[in-house]
Amino acid sequence: MLLSTHSQTVDDNYVLVASLDNVRNLSNILKAITFKDHAIFNATPNGLKVTVEDSKCLQANAFIQAEIFQEFTIKEDSVGFQINLTVLLDCLTIFGGSTVAGVTTALRMCYNGYGYPLTLFLEEGGVVTVCKINTQEPEEPIDFEFCSTNVTNKVILQSESLKEAFSELDMTSEVLQITMSPSQPYFRLSTFGNSGNAHYDYPKDSDMMELFQCSKTQTNRMSLLKPSTKALALSCKVSVRTDSRGFLSLQYLVRNDDGQICFVEYYCCPDEEAEEEY
Amino acid sequence: MDCVVTGGNVKVLAKAIHSLSRIGDELYLEPEDDGLALRSVNSSRSAYACFLFSPLFFSRYVVCIPLVSCVLTPVLLQCVQAVFRSLSSLDKTVEKCHIELVGEKSRLTFTLHCKHGLMKTHNLSFQDSESLQAVFDKDSCSNVLRAQPRLLVDTVLHFPPALEEVSLSVSGERVLFRNYVEEEPERAKAMLTELSLSSDEFEHFAVGAESSITFCLKELRGLLVFAESTGLPVSVHFDLPGSPVVLSVTDSVLEVNFVLATLSDDLNLPRSPPPADDFLNDDIDSYLIAMDTSELPGPSNAPAQRSNHRLEAQSPVANHRLESEEAEEEETGDTERPPNKKFRSLFFGSVCPTDSQLTNQTATSQEVLASDSEDDAQAASP
Repeated sequence: MLLSTHSQTVDDNYVLVASLDNVRNLSNILKAITFKDHAIFNATPNGLKVTVEDSKCLQANAFIQAEIFQEFTIKEDSVGFQINLTVLLDCLTIFGGSTVAGVTTALRMCYNGYGYPLTLFLEEGGVVTVCKINTQEPEEPIDFEFCSTNVTNKVILQSESLKEAFSELDMTSEVLQITMSPSQPYFRLSTFGNSGNAHYDYPKDSDMMELFQCSKTQTNRMSLLKPSTKALALSCKVSVRTDSRGFLSLQYLVRNDDGQICFVEYYCCPDEEAEEEY
Repeated sequence: MDCVVTGGNVKVLAKAIHSLSRIGDELYLEPEDDGLALRSVNSSRSAYACFLFSPLFFSRYVVCIPLVSCVLTPVLLQCVQAVFRSLSSLDKTVEKCHIELVGEKSRLTFTLHCKHGLMKTHNLSFQDSESLQAVFDKDSCSNVLRAQPRLLVDTVLHFPPALEEVSLSVSGERVLFRNYVEEEPERAKAMLTELSLSSDEFEHFAVGAESSITFCLKELRGLLVFAESTGLPVSVHFDLPGSPVVLSVTDSVLEVNFVLATLSDDLNLPRSPPPADDFLNDDIDSYLIAMDTSELPGPSNAPAQRSNHRLEAQSPVANHRLESEEAEEEETGDTERPPNKKFRSLFFGSVCPTDSQLTNQTATSQEVLASDSEDDAQAASP
């Protein structure tokens, strides 16, 4: 096959080689975090982590474990670079988005190391496309310092019901307020728009609620979290956690085309004026 | 007011709101003793719709005195529509809907109790308003038709979505639906569609005298969307052209009335087959010129030029026609002329000013109901 003969000759120079029989297992996940043009790639023997940040208050991470790839070879402990995510996605989907049964696009992703472009070999039905995308110096992603010991409230919800709520959110509202409490209303999403306010309440005993652990009433106000709706759309479960500082962590469990599990995570810091209760 | 709608009625309420939003961009929510009325009127006051839900429609209906009437402005109406979005899934997801109107606080609250325990609450601030009432008496209409909505839906299906007005004519045992095309040049080029229905297709057919009315199709479609979903028959009450037509849908818990203005001086009566040779209308010379110019390269040029020539030639003729009351066409075989449009305002009984612009109209301007700017332009030119 075309791809493998090519790799035999130039494999030695690459610090990272990753192959997928179905490129959608990577492109779909990346679409869930594409709200900014640039992404920081970090590969370790465990797999690939892609980070996108916005104004230091919102961060999205996509994790694709090494096991998802048909081939994942890394020669260093950590390989990192920054790349234009929009361009990367355009290349990964270069054969179009059709989902004809049995036809998949294969990917071989190769990186030579610092200063080299990321090389993509994409093949579908015998046609091969080679893309080389320039890489940049990777910035250090912000560490939101969200650790499980500081978590005050945690719920795990099935995504289906949250999808409905997010699709109906009043866009004229500047903020989305998330209230989590051991007592009524338990878990509430609120918006404050031009004509009034809206509340979506999920009781703790709802069959959509897989886990409900709230120790104290907390209200967090954030910007509408619009970017996270893509991740929500792909996911089957969401875990919502807040910590003592009012930081929010959203973790989405995504099943790819082959039924394997990947994670997408959003961290959000609270709105500064957000102290009043509504 | 405090009321609760359960089960399938939530979807009926949602459809009513959507139907009303096709009439006007404001919705009047008026709780009354005999039920909850949702009303709307369009900006030109030529279409009015009212959905009256009797207390039996609700699983709970409480009205507080004094009665408060609220108007939902376009922004609010959009909000309310958003509450009842995704009509198809409403009956599967919403178990009950609680509507509360608190006059003193000017607050309107919709609470939807959905599947899986999810509760959606929307708090809106509304404006007080006067009640919106139309004066009409459908029982005094001399012509009444009643049909299953399917029949009317299938009928209007044949008209293009962009068609503005439709004419309904009754005579003897037949009902005719035709698209309404008003301007002479347009008539010659337009596709005229005519549907004939026999009186047997109607559940009720009571016709006083031969009559023909023309009204807005968009509003009829708005009612039909609602009627079809409920499967209830639609009644059409009308009189002479100029008097409003009342379309209604009724059952034990709900009464819907759409009152639409009709064109007065409707000369759109069924006529003999159109003249075979439309070119009798044309000035022969301009036609010949147009034929020559059609040889020029660029197909887009030829038709435009041709039509301009035709219009210019006709203009003095057209003006002459409009000024005289019952001018018969001498040069042409066509007995039709575009009627002046006079929509009566339903509520104030005034007659909209005749479009005297028509007599000043230049050939290239196609708008019969030219806006005031047309007049200004005319007045401004020395």
